[in-house]
Amino acid sequence: MIVGRLQVPPTARRGEAFQVRILIQHAMETGYRRDMDGRAIALNVVDSVVCRYAGREILRAQLGTGIAANPYIAFQAVADASGEIEVEFRDDRGEQGRLSATLTVT
Amino acid sequence: MKRRDFLVASGAALAALKARAQQFQPGQDITPFIEKVTGGAAIERSGIEVELPQIAENGNSVPLRIKVPSPMTAADHVSAIHVFAERNPRPLVAVFHLGPQTGRAEIDTRVRLAGTQKVTVLAALSGNRFRMAQVEVLVTSAACLDEASMST
Repeated sequence: MIVGRLQVPPTARRGEAFQVRILIQHAMETGYRRDMDGRAIALNVVDSVVCRYAGREILRAQLGTGIAANPYIAFQAVADASGEIEVEFRDDRGEQGRLSATLTVT
Repeated sequence: MKRRDFLVASGAALAALKARAQQFQPGQDITPFIEKVTGGAAIERSGIEVELPQIAENGNSVPLRIKVPSPMTAADHVSAIHVFAERNPRPLVAVFHLGPQTGRAEIDTRVRLAGTQKVTVLAALSGNRFRMAQVEVLVTSAACLDEASMST
């Protein structure tokens, strides 16, 4: 399982934007690096990140080797209903990870 | 082998290596990538704010912030943001799919850059409209450059 961190404010006012911050712990191997013995290190990247808010998809990202190790994605969403914010991601080998947080709209 | 022969041969080998390394240096033409997204539609050269440092000390992690002013309604919203780096071995850095549910078209991330280059941000808006912005960035220490020049 891939681990990570999801940060959202605990509460937000209706109609106001809030920031969703996702940090995934992953080496994002490019496939161009070599180890101490000169063997190529195989490509291994998180290529899909999906974020849902109260059941609706609000962000879907396709990442590649051009994203730095330990991918960080932050974006804005607008608060309209209290609910769970969940992030699901997977790498090209099928390893998965899931993060969630609850937002209360006032 | 005579000393002179050796010198001539090694000189030639070095020159060949250098030529190969330089082959990789120029940025790739990213027009095909852009055309694949736009399908030849007109691109507006404004309406995107890109925040990228002018000088990045380390290409392994360069902060990138993209803002596309948009009302983000069902009728008028940003549907996707594509990021290209012309000198990276794989120029397509990332694609972010957004929608009216996103509320704001604003993305913050960190990218890898293989050398000083132009970073292109292409935003696809609803109604088959496109906006593009290009930002120059000077990278002092490139990400995976030696490895990259060895491959291909």
